[in-house]
This record gives sequence, structure tokens and C-alpha cells, in this order.
Amino acid sequence: MIKTKFKLVGTRPLRPDGVDKVTGRARFGADISAPGMLHALILRSPHAHARIKSIDTSRAEKLPGVKAVVTRDDFKLPEREDLVDICRNVMAREKALYDGHAVAAVAAVSKTVAREALKRIQVEYQVLPHVTDVDAAMKPRAPILHKGMRTIGAEPAAKKDSNVAQIHTFGHGDVVKGFAKADIIIERSFKTEATHQGYIEPHACLATYGADDRADLWCCTQGHYMVRNACAGLLGMEVSHLRVTASEIGGGFGGKTTVFIEPVALALSRKAGKPVKLVMSRDEVFRASGPTSSSSTDVKIGITKKGKITAAQAILRYQGGAFPGSPVQFGAMTGFAPYDLENVHTVGYDVVANRPKQAAYRAPGAPLAAFAIESVIDELAHKIGMDPLEFRLKNAAREGTKSSYGPTFGPIGLEATLKESKKHPHHLAPLGPNQGRGVACGFWFNFGGQTSVSLNIGEDGTVSVVEGNPDIGGSRASMCLMAAEELGVPYEKVRTVIADTASLGYNEVTDGSRVTFAVGMATIKAARQAIAIMCERAAKIWDIPAEAVVWEDGCAKPAGSNAGNFKPMTLAEIAGSAGSTGGPISGHSEATADGAGVSFATHMVDVEVDPDTGKVTVLRYTVFQDAGKAIHPAYVEGQFQGGAAQGVGWAINEEYIYGEDGRLQNPGFLDYRIPVASDLPMIDTVILEIPNPGHPYGVRGVGETSIVPPLAAIANAVSEAAGVRLTHLPMSPPRVLKAMMENGKGAA
Amino acid sequence: MTKTAVSTTINGDAAEFLCETGETLLDVLRDRLDLTGSKEGCGTGDCGACSVMLDGRLVCSCLVLGVEAQGRAVETIEGMAEGETLHPLQQKFLEHAALQCGVCTPGFLVAAKALLEVNDDPSESQVRYWLAGNLCRCTGYDKIVRAVLDTAKDMRSARA
Ligand code: FES
Ligand code: FES
Repeated sequence: MIKTKFKLVGTRPLRPDGVDKVTGRARFGADISAPGMLHALILRSPHAHARIKSIDTSRAEKLPGVKAVVTRDDFKLPEREDLVDICRNVMAREKALYDGHAVAAVAAVSKTVAREALKRIQVEYQVLPHVTDVDAAMKPRAPILHKGMRTIGAEPAAKKDSNVAQIHTFGHGDVVKGFAKADIIIERSFKTEATHQGYIEPHACLATYGADDRADLWCCTQGHYMVRNACAGLLGMEVSHLRVTASEIGGGFGGKTTVFIEPVALALSRKAGKPVKLVMSRDEVFRASGPTSSSSTDVKIGITKKGKITAAQAILRYQGGAFPGSPVQFGAMTGFAPYDLENVHTVGYDVVANRPKQAAYRAPGAPLAAFAIESVIDELAHKIGMDPLEFRLKNAAREGTKSSYGPTFGPIGLEATLKESKKHPHHLAPLGPNQGRGVACGFWFNFGGQTSVSLNIGEDGTVSVVEGNPDIGGSRASMCLMAAEELGVPYEKVRTVIADTASLGYNEVTDGSRVTFAVGMATIKAARQAIAIMCERAAKIWDIPAEAVVWEDGCAKPAGSNAGNFKPMTLAEIAGSAGSTGGPISGHSEATADGAGVSFATHMVDVEVDPDTGKVTVLRYTVFQDAGKAIHPAYVEGQFQGGAAQGVGWAINEEYIYGEDGRLQNPGFLDYRIPVASDLPMIDTVILEIPNPGHPYGVRGVGETSIVPPLAAIANAVSEAAGVRLTHLPMSPPRVLKAMMENGKGAA
Repeated sequence: MTKTAVSTTINGDAAEFLCETGETLLDVLRDRLDLTGSKEGCGTGDCGACSVMLDGRLVCSCLVLGVEAQGRAVETIEGMAEGETLHPLQQKFLEHAALQCGVCTPGFLVAAKALLEVNDDPSESQVRYWLAGNLCRCTGYDKIVRAVLDTAKDMRSARA
């Protein structure tokens, strides 16, 4: 049964961690120190691809004030297969695989000494040919990154080394037959450049490793249990001997779902016997954390004259940096998910190249596929003179549709977002010269996963929710709301804290838009368990059966034949007497959360293209998305707006630019320009609520879907305004101008 | 490395510290004075997370040397609330949910306060251009701009 009537859920109270964050009191990754602490720095490869013949650290070690130096020799390759590439990424072994790959690290009494020590480390490199472009990396004679890597999923089986790590295929029906039935077929190729999540807080940590082989680690991460697991594996520790505390986190968007510097800080601390602080510079964040894939995609879609899709196919190639694991399978799964298709086929190539290993970025892989596919959808709609929203409605996936990636959809909100956009004033507003309007749809699966929550009733009737997922965008407020709703107490009576890894069972990373769904569900279950205990306590006091007590408005009340016989007891009264009725009262939930609800969105955007320069200005933006149930609507809107803004950056500004030498040319916010306040308009939001049957309140994840449609929506708008189809992101001024000139558009 | 002694005023109180000549004001605030409210997002003057006021002028503290604070007055996010009472901008940021992760928030608050001191009736685009030196990756700026405009409105009507 999904609850539909709420007292608190759906309101917009102030977030409980707000005062700390507006006064500067909140402690982020780099904000703490320890007595006797050392400062660490990492030496990084200046080459895109090089054999490391030798590393001589002796001169650095002799420098006064240097307390530890670590290299590949300090990290044994772990037995656990899932950690091998992480280990190789954390510290280069026989080869440096990208510009910025860590080669050595030092810990010293000051940053100044550490900097001097880095200069004294001598690394002998043998520079090798490199490749950074995805299509080039797939060529037969491309430089091979990993000797012995054979393409998984190749048919017939691969016989030669390749940079293609794996081939993924999805789909159903018969596209050949489908295309034979089509009246119109459009086939196009697209490219996107790599972007970075661009969180404002660089990675930072403080490691304290004791002589007893017990360690503490403080760090900014999306998942401190993941950090514990990975670091323990890399350092040969038992997980319980490493306690990880998550700091406040200054943004992540998927980029803080793995480890980079944490194992290095621990190894240095172990060697030096002192606490070690390690903070990345912005340059290091760009060169050596995990940006996105760049991609190259071919799309072919066939339709009837009336606008029904008969067949759809896409070939996607994503380079994911120096190690396998690009999110190409997610691109191949999600791209056609908004459509009800009889015949669909997608193939994804996971490719390695001499770039930093990619990390997740909000709906990883999906925006790239949506860009390509939604662009072709748009072109087809225009070709038959149909409104692009109408065209999508005609082909939209609905409850019961067999999705392009396999499962059959339950209740979903795609149609609702499309209908809502059709009647929105934005859709009807007139456009001026050089302006265009674009729409696009997007889909993301969302996730549940392992979750552990404790809810403690304080002796004065206040409540603490103890959870294990870093609060990256206001989730404490949502947990407080759900706990208060269940318990029937005011929002202010509940405090939510994020526990360290020793204090609570395992929690998966804050990713997959899972927190409000999975942690929220666990909070509700923990509250319900506490309520059951409180009803038992009241029953004991009243000397009636526990089943004869109900919980209403924050009170235990006698029910049935006992109704009215006893004065209801408030939560505070029951808590106050807990010592004599059986002891402290807590509720728990430890489970693997199933039932995450998929989320769809439609975005609508107006742009203006300057015909003289090719510069794109975003004039108006509206997001329509299904949230299932918005627990704290202001933070749901925030997720919609944030995703859209990042999408704007991806579409028109942001890109990793590599030189001929394979080095990143723009590792700073000046040259890698993310949208600033003056680049954007207000971003309007429309929250739709089609309940997810898998959650007691109907919650779906909302954080990721919002970045899926913007790339395509903006490309569609720019294509209309410029009078020419743009197929390469970002649509920076030179690229737009060139496309216009080549097609005889724009000011000559 | 020899250090230099610096006497300055921080949030109205006299402060003294020793620092290396190459250290930035941001390093000094964070590492020597434990005022970690100012953040380092880039260290190159591009993100505004380190914004402070120096003798009444808005600066990126990562672009100022610690020794340059000699004899001058520094105001940081830690000095913005008066005891228990939040500055109206701080309150409005909370009410408008103008922060998600909150790491950019101190810089935005310091910068927005500087704007309202010179212009108590800014237009939306004046707010956007004034704050263009502060990066926020989470919010898309919508709620930040609204919070600043709303604060300005309240401050004007309180004065009227
Ligand atoms: S840290 Fe000073 S502007 Fe970014
Ligand atoms: S709230 Fe996260 S960067 Fe602004």
C-alpha cells in the first residue's frame, strides 16, 4: 500500500545541516587536521603512455623533513579481481597510461618540503605511442594499452590484442524486417567530447595508520563503505581494522564513487607512522580523477509516413580511459528506453585509451546515447511535419511496454511529462529570429541496494536517525521528514547523522539516485519497528495485548474494545519511562532495497545562436520529470535544475582538449569553463508524481535523469536556430560557426 | 624556511600569524588560523570559493599572499552571522534551498553581501554578472539568484 496523505512529506522545511553550511562551520574533506600531521603530494606522469624503467627516490628520502615516499613497490597487486585495475590506477606499475597517472608520493612536514621532494624523485620513462580518441583507439594499428587484452563478447572470438575491452548488445525483434517496413529512414553519426563532473571540492583525505595496524580515514566520498572496502583490499587490511568517516562532501555527481588518493595517504601514513593529509589540486582533479567517456555513435531509425517507428538501431563506442569499464552498456540500454519498439538493436563498444579512467557522472553513459538518438528522433519528426512532442507521444513507452533493454515497464511517467510539456506556456511562447526550441526525453533506471539505518528514540522524545550515506544535496532533510511523518512528531524533533563505517552495517555508495528511495525506505521501516516497540510498551503499562494498541498522531492509543479506556501516551512519555518497561527503544532496517522505480523526463529549451560568432545562448529552460513522490520538493527541483545546468555545460562549453602530445591542455576552470550564473536563465521545473509501487510513499530516484535529455534538447534547439543539424558536442562557437558556414548559413 | 610575522584584523579582532612568504591568504586562514569556512576549489582565482573581503574589497583569498594582510582588515564567512543571528543572506539561502552540497556557499554569501553593500536593488542580470566569479556545480544558480534578490527586497523594505 502506497501512502498518499501526508502531514510533513511534501513540505519544504529548512535543512538540518543548513546553519553549519551557511556559517562555514561544516567540515569538508580538506577542513580537518591532526596533531603531528604530515602533508602529502603525488608525482604524476607527464606522458600519455610510457614505460617506467626506473624510479629513484633516494634523493627525496634524504631531504630533511621528508617522512615517507611510496611508489608501485609499496602496493602489491591485490588478489581480488575487482581491485586490480583500481590498484593500477592509484599507482602506475610497469607503464604510465595517461598524463597525470600517479607514479610516486611523498609525505613531509610541510607542503613546501613535499614540493621540493617531488622534484628530487627521478623517473626514467620510455615514451610510447599513445592514443586518446575513441575511433582512433579502435583502428587495427592503434597503440595497444594492455598487452593480452582480448575483446570480450566478440564474435568470432578475438584472436588479437585490442583496445576494445568488451562488446555489449541489447534489443529484441528483427531490425532488418523493421527497416524494410519503413517509409523514411535517417542514419547519422555523432561525437561527444569528454567532460568532468566538476564538483567544486577537490578530493581530500586525512589518514591515520597506527602501529597496531588499525587505521582511521577521513575523506570526502560518495560512499565511505566503498572506500573502506577498496582501501582495506589494497593495503591488505581487514575491513574492521579500518574505520572511515565521511566528511561533508562538496559535490560528487558520480566522480567520488571510487578511490584515488585514499590508499596512497594510508600507505604513506603506515610508512611514516604519522597522520597524513592529502588534497588534490584542481589540476590533479582534471588530469587524474575520473572524467566521463568521450563517444562516437551511429544511429539509424526507420518510421512510417504516419510517424510510427518500425525499427531502431544504434552502435555506440565509448572510450573510458586507461582501463575497461566505460558506461557504454548503460548507453546501449537507456537510449531507446523512452520508446515502445517492436524492433530494436544496440551494440556498445567499451574502449580503452590513454586518458584517466572514467568515473560515473550522473546517469553514466545515458546522456551520450540520448544525444544521438533524440537528435535523430527530432529530425524524423520535422521531416514528416509532426510536432516533436506529438511524435514522441505516438511512440512513447507506457506501462506494459517491453523496454529496449529487456524488462517490461510498470507504471511510468513518460507520457505524463510529454503531455504536461505540450500544454505548458513555454511550448506556446513565440520565438524570435536566430532562435530555436528543442525538446528531448531521457530515462534512468535508478537503484536501491544494500542499506542499513538505525533510528533511536531519545529519552526526552527526540529522535536520531543514523544512516550511512553522505548527504550530497539535502538528503538529511528528507530522512528527517520521513521519520517525523511516520512517528507523528515535529520535523525539528528528528536529527539525522551520517555514521562512520564502524557504527552501522554496510551501505552502498550515494549513487544511482538511491538515497531518498533506499535510505528513505529503510528509515520508514526503522520508524515502523520503533513504533511497534512503543505500542508494546504502552500495552505493557496498560496491561492489554499489544495488538490492542494503535499508533496515531505521535501517540500510542488503546484500540478496539479498549478504545477510550486509557489516556493516549505520547512518544515522549513512552520514551521517558523506557528504562522501566524494557530499556532503550530503537528501530532498525538492514536490507537490500529492491523495487527502485525508473524515472523519465522531458526537457524543453530555447536558445539563440549568434550568426556572427556561433555563440549559443540559452534563453529559457523547463524540466518536466516524474519524481514518484517529492519528499522535499525544493531539493527535487534542485536536482532537476542542477542536472539541466550541467547538461548545458556539456552541450555548449565543456570538453577535455588533448594536444598532439597526449597531454590535457585545459586542466583548470579558466579553460575548462563550466556554466557560470550569467550563462544561464532561471530553470523552471514541473514535478510529476506517478508513484513507484516499490516504495511505501511512491518515491523514485530523481538525481540522475535530469542530465539525460539536455544534450539532445539543446542540440535540437541549436539545430533549429542555426538551420543545420549539429552532431558534435560541445557546440562551441567555432564548431557552430563552421557548421553554419559549410551549409551557407550564418553571416558571411 | 624563514617565516614572516604578520599583524592583521580578522572579522574585527586583532590577529597575528607567522607565514612563509609564498603562502596565500587562503592557506593562512585555513591552515594557520583554523578558519576553514573559506574553501579552495581551484587555487587559481577561477571559482570564488575562497572569497573574502580585504579592506572592504571582494577578493579571491587564493590570489592574495598572507603577508599582504599586514595592517589590513579581513572579513570571512565566519564573521558574517552576529552571534546566534544569521545574516539575512544566510537565512534566505536556507529558505530558498540555495545550497545542495554547500561547498560554494561561503564564497557566494561573501560575494553577495559585497554586492548588496554597493547595490541594494540589483536586477536579476546584475546579480548573475556579479556572481559570475563564483562557481556552483550543484544548483544551476536558480535558487541562489532568487535568494539574493529576495534578500535585497527584504532589506529595502526594512529600510523603507
Ligand atoms: S580557490 Fe580561490 S578562486 Fe578558487
Ligand atoms: S551547492 Fe554544491 S557547488 Fe554549489
